[in-house]
Amino acid sequence: MAHPSSYQPNTGIERWLDARLPIVRVVHDQFMVFPTPRNLNYWWTFGGILTFMLAVQIATGVVLAMHFVPTESGAFDSVEKIMRDVNWGWLLRYAHSVGASMFFLAVYIHTFRGLYYGSYKAPREVLWILGVLILMLMIATAFMGYSLPWGQMSFWAVTVITNLFSSLDAVIPGLGTRLVQWIWGGFAVGGPTLNRLYSLHYLFPFLIAGVVALHIWALHIPGNNNPTGIDVKVPTDTVPFHPYYTIKDGFALVAFILVFAALVFYAPNFLGHPDNYIPANPLQTPTHIVPEWYFLPFYAILRAIPNKLLGVAALNGSILILFFVPWLDTSKVRSTRYRPVYRWFFWAFVVTCVALGYLGAQQPEGWYLVLGRIFTAYYFAFFLVVMPVVGLIEKPRGLPGSITEPVLGPEAVRAAPATPRRLKPEQVG
Amino acid sequence: MNSSSLVLMAAGALLLALTGPSAAEDDSGTPPNNNHAPEIARQSWSFTPPFGTYDNAQLQRGFQVYKEVCANCHSMRLLSYRNLGEPGGPEFAPKAVEVLASQVQVTDGPNEKGEMFQRPARPSDRFRSPFANEQLARLANNGALPPDLSVIAKARPGGADYIYALLTGYRPAPQGFAPAEGMHYNAAFPGHQIAMAPPLSDGVVVYTDGTKPIVGNYARDVSAFLMWAAEPKLEERYTLGARVMIFLIVFLAIMYLAKRAVWARVHHGNEALHLETARAVPAQDEKATR
Repeated sequence: MAHPSSYQPNTGIERWLDARLPIVRVVHDQFMVFPTPRNLNYWWTFGGILTFMLAVQIATGVVLAMHFVPTESGAFDSVEKIMRDVNWGWLLRYAHSVGASMFFLAVYIHTFRGLYYGSYKAPREVLWILGVLILMLMIATAFMGYSLPWGQMSFWAVTVITNLFSSLDAVIPGLGTRLVQWIWGGFAVGGPTLNRLYSLHYLFPFLIAGVVALHIWALHIPGNNNPTGIDVKVPTDTVPFHPYYTIKDGFALVAFILVFAALVFYAPNFLGHPDNYIPANPLQTPTHIVPEWYFLPFYAILRAIPNKLLGVAALNGSILILFFVPWLDTSKVRSTRYRPVYRWFFWAFVVTCVALGYLGAQQPEGWYLVLGRIFTAYYFAFFLVVMPVVGLIEKPRGLPGSITEPVLGPEAVRAAPATPRRLKPEQVG
Repeated sequence: MNSSSLVLMAAGALLLALTGPSAAEDDSGTPPNNNHAPEIARQSWSFTPPFGTYDNAQLQRGFQVYKEVCANCHSMRLLSYRNLGEPGGPEFAPKAVEVLASQVQVTDGPNEKGEMFQRPARPSDRFRSPFANEQLARLANNGALPPDLSVIAKARPGGADYIYALLTGYRPAPQGFAPAEGMHYNAAFPGHQIAMAPPLSDGVVVYTDGTKPIVGNYARDVSAFLMWAAEPKLEERYTLGARVMIFLIVFLAIMYLAKRAVWARVHHGNEALHLETARAVPAQDEKATR
């Protein structure tokens, strides 16, 4: 794709296959020798971690689905049957539920990394957009999956979230109500709702896998961004993906699995809510309906806005706005490392997201509500004001001449046997 | 590196935020009009992670308390009598499980005449529920529904600590606090008014293993039993967890050394790397020489 193929089929059968389906060539070019910037730090290992987590969720989920009963009376008990009577069922179920949390932890780190190092900027806009699409699919999938145990939180989360669509009644009277009833498959959240959420929960991970394939494809056209944000200029700026990044990603993955396993084996319910071990009861509302931790910032944004329709718009907007980041950011340089002003705003944004997460778990009253509104305002101001304005007025710090320079010094770059074809005479920045 | 330490701090903050929802649960069950926070003290349990196990004798006593006291009103519909003999639980002997089950009459059928009939329970039967349906349960309990206890230890913030605090939390109502008709003051219950009358009193269950028959012990034993009922695979989980953790730590060390060894080629001496990258990105002149 982005670089000339160096695959050499050595045997007859390899040449035969290569002429018909060059799959070995693709693997060789894209995953073995793929030139990868040599300076990627550990924040770049989350792409591999996410691929692994998707595989874990699909593998555990497929087996769980063999034992799950998607009916109002059967769902809760079948989950408990998995926990008690299915061989290794407790492991599968806890790995799946904790896995969802780990998946989101990784995807949030991955997204913040992309934001920090300007990985969304040209020529990686499509890569970024596909990533946001994956995030949206993940949110939908996790929401639907959380409904399946049909505990109190499952039921009431479905009730609250599906009811958001009724806010469309403010636009066209009757539209929202119709839409909600269509989603429910009835006049209230019930068996048909559970059944369709289950069906879609099984479908969506495969959509995610499809978009992930496109995401990786889009990555392999321009190649990886890197912590300096400057382009690869000479071959010595890169190392082959294998073994350098297979081993580095592998090391990070094992460290990640260590945390994952500690939660699964020693605190599997730490991130969950006790109310979800109470079977769903449409007649009894929990005192405090809260989503899973990974949705809390969005929940805080929803509740910060007093108007229902505008609240729903803000909730959706908080994710949809990410699609426009490549064009909202006016900066000439990619990496925040070289942006002395913007970096403060960036870290304020990280603090905002964490604070919104905290506030999402609190009752929306008093100071919590005031703070929720302040942080919500900054959340949107970061994208709509900071990104366009700071990029125009900020004077970036001097960029290094190449990726290799800060590592080995300018002599090493000059001494490198650079091919004239790849070396650009003018240095960016 | 400056930026990465900042990012690390942010990751730490994110992890802290993860504890947010569970930390907030403590007061989630409390109605706003409540002016005393529920008192839930942490107890020491034999089953705390990472190496804890259930105390079989304690679970057997706890089952006895459940059977003789709680089971009069509370169902445990997700458990079967056979569970009482399974490893990692009370571990009653197989014969004892059969006897325990056979003391209970369950409805079976229909038989070949189309009639339902009563028979002694078998180990494979679910625990018999005290009431045929919710309406009967409410009728017998002043309108309140005694919750099923199968997963109660996971369905309440505080778990076993909460159950212990609740069972030992009955006191005279403080000055100025008047529980409603038929309600009882309880220090641990959210809102402090509970429909359940104090279920335990000293001596109400006769222990045969020399444990003192007092409310504190009953409460502790039955809380442990309910924890097991909610998490019957806890011991298996900890045991497997220890093996997995040891494996992962060793694997992590090996991966670290392997990573260092591979990257040493890049960090020291550039020559080997040049060869590899030259192979990875063949230049025009190299192709010509090949």
